[in-house]
Amino acid sequence: MARRENPEINAGSMADIAFLLLIFFLVTTTMNVDSGISKKLSEKPPQDYVPPIVKQKNIFEVSINRNNDLLVENEAMDVKNLKDAAIKFIDNGGGIGAPGEDGTAGQRCDYCKGEGLDTSSDHPNKAIISVQSDRGTEYGTYIKVQNELLRAYSELRNRLSKQRYNMSFDELEEAYDNAKNNADLKDQVETLQRRVEDIKKAYPQIISDMEPTS
Amino acid sequence: MSKFRKKKKGMPAVNTASLPDIVFMLLFFFMVTTTMRETDLRIENPVLPSATEIKKLEDKSLVSTIYVGKSTDTNRDGVGYNKIQLNDKISTADQVPAFILAKRDKIAEKLVPFMTTSIKADRRSNVGTIIDIRLKLRDVNALKINYSSTPDAKN
Repeated sequence: MARRENPEINAGSMADIAFLLLIFFLVTTTMNVDSGISKKLSEKPPQDYVPPIVKQKNIFEVSINRNNDLLVENEAMDVKNLKDAAIKFIDNGGGIGAPGEDGTAGQRCDYCKGEGLDTSSDHPNKAIISVQSDRGTEYGTYIKVQNELLRAYSELRNRLSKQRYNMSFDELEEAYDNAKNNADLKDQVETLQRRVEDIKKAYPQIISDMEPTS
Repeated sequence: MSKFRKKKKGMPAVNTASLPDIVFMLLFFFMVTTTMRETDLRIENPVLPSATEIKKLEDKSLVSTIYVGKSTDTNRDGVGYNKIQLNDKISTADQVPAFILAKRDKIAEKLVPFMTTSIKADRRSNVGTIIDIRLKLRDVNALKINYSSTPDAKN
């Protein structure tokens, strides 16, 4: 009778399995990239600084109390509706804009699609959003409000950018970043930069944080 | 027919040819997933708020991180979600300027304006704490800040 033999295990596919696993993990693991809402703080004002007087209609007041409730222009509001209310305010275009840095006179907002009410903002570059929160407000709510306000701006910027340059502002910024890092696209950098700045100037983000109530 | 004689068989050795592959796989896996963390967390891993309008932080060496959240050792540091961690100690907002200046010393002078402070705060912490930190940051002219948050699907 023949001796019982152990058949050899075929290990040829082992490498394939290993590579499969390697590729699986490569695809699924994400390096934790830090990301978040970027803000630039205003510089510390000098001692004798007198804040400029701003017309009440150019200020959009958002307050958050310590129970995380929202008060927008003296009316209670849900966070969901904040973006649309902010867009309505910024895009109102009811008057003359701020004069340019080179001394040119302010102009009416010819790209605004708002209702042009006398009681709301004059021009996007005059519209100030002021956020006042309580010291006891939850940070999560505060960020949610900031995010909604930024969303309002990016929606307006996207709309104007689509209208002027046939691409959304996100795409425009991406193209600009791309061109900056790519030597072949060097000739486009200047045009793209001008376009990005043009849109940013049309809808500048003016969100100011007030001293908190306590 | 004795032309096809059975081959002589012995005990086959387990094929170890793929062992290197497995080892390499593990090596790569750990190389990819490990993040160098210079500081140990003294607070519970913060539950970051979520947001859609987020920007990525580009250069890690220019970022100083401030954590805000609940201490892991409530007997020593007390309860509440408003503990501030700088480097690897629970601190107060008053120590923020020193922390920023120490970071600034290590960076070339022309890069200082590009330094960003990333605030990793738990969503349950209070705005008052964040505002205290922000005022201190403004005192030392560290004006670029980033409220760390997790990406959220648009709309």
